[in-house]
Amino acid sequence: MTGTFVQLLIAGLSIGSIYALVALGFNIVFKCTGAMNFAQGEWVMMGGMITAAFAVSLSSVGLAVVFAVVVVGMIGVLSERLVVWPVRRPNPMILTLITVGLAIVSRSVVMIVLGKLPTGYSGFSSADVVSVGDVVIQTQSLWIIAVALLFLVVMHIFFEYTVPGKALRAISADPEAAALVGIRSSQMLMLAFGLAALAGGIAGAIVTPLTLMTYDQGATLGFKGFSAAMLGGIGNLPGAVIGGLTLGILETFGSYYVSSHFKDAISFAVLLLILFVRPAGMFGKPEIVKA
Amino acid sequence: MTDSTAYARETAGQGAVPGGLPRSAVEPRLLARGSEGFLLFWLMLIAVPFVAPNLYIVSLVNLFLIYLILIASLNLVMGYCGQISLGHAGFFGLGAYASGILNAKLGLSAWLGLPAAALAGALGAFLIGLPALRLKGHYLAMATVGFNAILLVLFNELIPLTGGPNGLLGIGSFEIGGLSLNTDDRVFWVLWAVSLFCILAIANLVDSRMGRSLRALGDAERGAASLGIDTYRQKLVTFTIAGALAGIAGSLYAHVNLYVSPETFSVWNSILLLVMVALGGTGRLWGAVIGAFIIIVVPQSLLDYADYEFLIFGVAMLVVLIAFPGGIAGLFTFLRRWFR
Repeated sequence: MTGTFVQLLIAGLSIGSIYALVALGFNIVFKCTGAMNFAQGEWVMMGGMITAAFAVSLSSVGLAVVFAVVVVGMIGVLSERLVVWPVRRPNPMILTLITVGLAIVSRSVVMIVLGKLPTGYSGFSSADVVSVGDVVIQTQSLWIIAVALLFLVVMHIFFEYTVPGKALRAISADPEAAALVGIRSSQMLMLAFGLAALAGGIAGAIVTPLTLMTYDQGATLGFKGFSAAMLGGIGNLPGAVIGGLTLGILETFGSYYVSSHFKDAISFAVLLLILFVRPAGMFGKPEIVKA
Repeated sequence: MTDSTAYARETAGQGAVPGGLPRSAVEPRLLARGSEGFLLFWLMLIAVPFVAPNLYIVSLVNLFLIYLILIASLNLVMGYCGQISLGHAGFFGLGAYASGILNAKLGLSAWLGLPAAALAGALGAFLIGLPALRLKGHYLAMATVGFNAILLVLFNELIPLTGGPNGLLGIGSFEIGGLSLNTDDRVFWVLWAVSLFCILAIANLVDSRMGRSLRALGDAERGAASLGIDTYRQKLVTFTIAGALAGIAGSLYAHVNLYVSPETFSVWNSILLLVMVALGGTGRLWGAVIGAFIIIVVPQSLLDYADYEFLIFGVAMLVVLIAFPGGIAGLFTFLRRWFR
């Protein structure tokens, strides 16, 4: 019994770490633009698909992961320059629609270039599972938790202690005041998209050994990441982590103890519940328009 | 007459002078401004069953009319409330399954399915709009995505009711006095009438006092609120109406196709509808006609290049959003002004 519990907990934490990364990416773009970034999930998908495509030719999964993550980060920067930067009068609605278009294009290009078949590659360790007592743990789950944790720590340091990180925070707090002190909002937006894509790419590259990846999985992953962001309070960076982990655990335990048929419905039910009960999420500030 | 109603009247009438308000701005009219074009278009459509070379063309026109209702109602939400809904295929499905199940499992007439589907769509939209529209920003987009995703799981898993992934079989067609409208050229008339009714209803709504406040709302929400417009309520009512219209489209789809299956109502199709609204022209009534035309014609002409269909849609959407946000309908307006 406790064995199952611990196993589920670790599985939940690992999938939750993925959601946390996606939610983090979501939040970065949301804070800078006010837009819901529908391309976030596609970057996750790309991370997995590109790693899979190069895992054989680079003859090392680790190398392929690094390569894919860098490529996805560059795709994020490039996307911003190509489709967000040229928008003449940006507002959250137009930008959200733009990211919908971006998501469709990203998904189609991946489908045309890399095909429709599910792809995957072996985990980062040679052994697939380790057992401690009666608990059997997939090593990739541990890798996911470790890599996600590392990235989150790096992001924390970036936002707290580096100049570009502080500039990004300034932009999201007050774009006009930030511009007044000489921060270039256009460059910062490019950086935000790059970081969001990087977070997505890492999530995709580390989750694929467990779940495989196809070109059409991006949307679902993105939406679950958004649910996590909502749960933690949208725009709230630490909230994204807590929200992601909570959602991962809820989903894993829910699909084990309730029904695996309704697994995908769980995170969306959580999303709707949060919207009904506490739209600001667990840590966010409420922003309700008084009727 | 208080000051505020005088002000409202004055802003309502075009070029109205105080005391000499044009009657048309006050008197209720059967048809909204700008409906003449739609009437003409629908009159032209009458010819379709007679000139179409085969029933397949008629069936495409039927589908066009169904999608027209769907896209026009989504356009109402996006163009006039300034909100993004990504659950429109879900409301469409809610209507289709409500009407289909009532007919196939309970033997209810398809004609009764139509209002039932409208009710189902409206109820769904109301329940989602209630919490999501209260929030500032684009929470509706995500709430509707979640709603649509849950609906899809339900369509797939509630097998005794919906038939699951295999779809719902045994849906009957519309009947008039014992005559079953089970061919494309017969059912065309139902679609013709219902779609005309829907588009005129939307045109009237947009031209009404409520429509004007909606437009104010879409342009500047704070400004609208400061003029005393209850923005939350307006948005909720409009969204509910759009849900009802999508439900009607769903019922039509069920009784024309005589079969429904979950994948027609996926989030991905909601996204596709959104693309069509953007391409056609957000907030422009003719945009829905153009959008519905694109969603029917482009896949037909790209049969051999189906993989490139979405790439083309995606790129077209980006180009439209960046270069001419008024969409294709907006482009026409622009050209007309340019050549004058």
